[in-house]
Amino acid sequence: MFRWISILLLVIAGVGVGAWGYKEHQEKNAVLIQAENTYQRAFHELTYHMDLLHDKIGTAMAVSTNERLSPELVEIWRITSESLGNVGQLPLTLLPFNKTAHFLSQIGEFTYKTAARDLENDPLTPDERNDLEELYKQAEDIQQELRNVQYAVLEDDLRWMDVQLALATEDEPMDNQVIDGFKTVEEKVEGYEEGNVDSSIFALTPEREEYQSITGDDITKDEAIHASKEILNLKDEDITVTTTGEGAEVPMYTMSYRDDEINAYMDMTKKGGHPVTVIMNRPLQNQTLSLHEGALQAEEYLKKFDLKNMILFQSSEYNGVGIYSYIYQDGDIRVLSDVIQLKVALDNGDILGFSGRNFYSNHYDRDIPSPEITEEEVLDYVNENLTVHEVHLSIIDNDFGEEILVYELLGSMGDDTYRIFINAKNGNEEKVEKLSSVEASFS
Amino acid sequence: MQHNKRCLIGLFSFIMVSICIITILVVPTDKVKAFSPQIIQQGATGDDVIELQARLQYIGFYNGKIDGVFGWGTYWALRNFQYEFGMEIDGLGGTKTKQKLEQVTKFNKEEVHKNMYAGQSSSQNNSGTNNQAANNQGGQPTSVNVPQGFSQNDIQLLANAVYGEARGEPYVGQVAVASVILNRIESATFPNTVAGVIFEPRAFTAVADGQIYLTPNETAKEAVLDAINGWDPTGNALYYFNPDTATSSWIWSRPQIKQIGKHIFCK
Repeated sequence: MFRWISILLLVIAGVGVGAWGYKEHQEKNAVLIQAENTYQRAFHELTYHMDLLHDKIGTAMAVSTNERLSPELVEIWRITSESLGNVGQLPLTLLPFNKTAHFLSQIGEFTYKTAARDLENDPLTPDERNDLEELYKQAEDIQQELRNVQYAVLEDDLRWMDVQLALATEDEPMDNQVIDGFKTVEEKVEGYEEGNVDSSIFALTPEREEYQSITGDDITKDEAIHASKEILNLKDEDITVTTTGEGAEVPMYTMSYRDDEINAYMDMTKKGGHPVTVIMNRPLQNQTLSLHEGALQAEEYLKKFDLKNMILFQSSEYNGVGIYSYIYQDGDIRVLSDVIQLKVALDNGDILGFSGRNFYSNHYDRDIPSPEITEEEVLDYVNENLTVHEVHLSIIDNDFGEEILVYELLGSMGDDTYRIFINAKNGNEEKVEKLSSVEASFS
Repeated sequence: MQHNKRCLIGLFSFIMVSICIITILVVPTDKVKAFSPQIIQQGATGDDVIELQARLQYIGFYNGKIDGVFGWGTYWALRNFQYEFGMEIDGLGGTKTKQKLEQVTKFNKEEVHKNMYAGQSSSQNNSGTNNQAANNQGGQPTSVNVPQGFSQNDIQLLANAVYGEARGEPYVGQVAVASVILNRIESATFPNTVAGVIFEPRAFTAVADGQIYLTPNETAKEAVLDAINGWDPTGNALYYFNPDTATSSWIWSRPQIKQIGKHIFCK
């Protein structure tokens, strides 16, 4: 009797486990198929968009009137941004797929630049026509390669989840057709990049030398440690120092210190020993200083490092710390890209952070032209519903990374405040920003 | 007639005297409650800002929400006030400006605070009043400062990613991971949104194994704020990896910038 009961119980348990296991298996498969479908969709959309892109560039070349060209270029721009979105959804970040993405962003930049200007008065130059033709050829090759990969995927019923696995276990010999196919695409693009160096597509952003403002003799490791102890206010502690690798924009020493309470960190250029980044993290006491008093501390600090002509651009209070941005003022012209950020503890006024990266990499002695539009005239260029409160002459980087002289207007319309940049040479509206620095709290 | 006139004069002087008494009674109590000695600057938060907004609203210069955060709306209101009263227009709540405001406006703290929290849920209301009692700084602002272009939810999502990826790292290592995410948003070859970069397949292990859904601590949030506000200890890195666990040989071929904590950061 007892034996029968135990057998029955075991059978029930066995069937139960089996059913549960089967259900789990089904659920796992369902989830896997979901993920697979997302990848498949992104991939097939990408190939479709590349087809479309190729066709559209062809159409743009054939369009006879400049009036019709603008919408075609806008269409190409839209397709490139959608293709980039597709690339971002594929599990390929660890594959060197970034060259193809780079190619797409180049087409995007080219079409944006040309579509945004008035092609009636300022038609495509012969050089730009050549660029367009070049892009057309490249798009054709990429399209062809992607179609090959797509064919392989459809024909052999390849799964992206297998690509995932192949990527995860890379020490095994890889003969995955998808990965190989994408590597071919990537090599194609790479080939073009080299051939394209002289082309004006690459001249969109004129590179100016970075870190020009850094001067002085090289300092030694010991000097760097000594200076950092002073700045971080750590007298006897053991500071670790390392030097940056080949990928760094400018050679730097990195000093760091960590104990139970604080974590201090600092980057200092080898040349001249300028502090570039300072971060100090420690528990905060009760707030005793106002945001304004914190700003005075920040200004003392700037003086200490001989950073002159810096004016307060923005300040905000967050949970017991004040964050300040200072910008460089050249005569009476504000240089918005030469910015230094400071973080001040509002319990005792210590500097908790300093970031001079933007300032040091951008700053140089500028030769600033005088504006061709007067301060009175510039008001005619803005929307009449806007109440203008402040007007400054400023230097900003435009969409293509070039420095331009603009009038910076601060104005309000209804409850909203806007920052508007009007080119001081030709009156073009370069940028409009809605300033929203305050949000209703959720917590 | 004569009697009536005398009556009127009597009534009039009575009113005058009571006004005087009321003013004497009211003004000192008003002084007690008035601004702290700090100079109030744009971006500030707290009790003084609430009072500043309430007083500016009382006199009709400010018609936004009284939320205890000195934003652009408050700034323009204050400047207009300074202009109308012939003062130096600096947009700062300094001593003279505050004195002038106290002279020409009234401020009823309880009333203003009550209205401020009235729009909020009861639980928030309670925490607001509790804080008020516990903390002599006074009213808790109902808004917060956020960096331009980022919402509180963006910051939360970034904090989730940083906490999932680097909670064992030193503070600077967490700022560094946040910087890499932000550098990717800026880069042309990566998606252009916070969510796009974080959820890109195979980009972050914490996303793949679900650790991103852990609740981040305050340190992770502070690290994210630092990164958004301009601190980038990585020097413009787009990738990072843990040399002990990295499986891809490709990642080793990237030009390395530096190591912070356990992670190597590269271009």
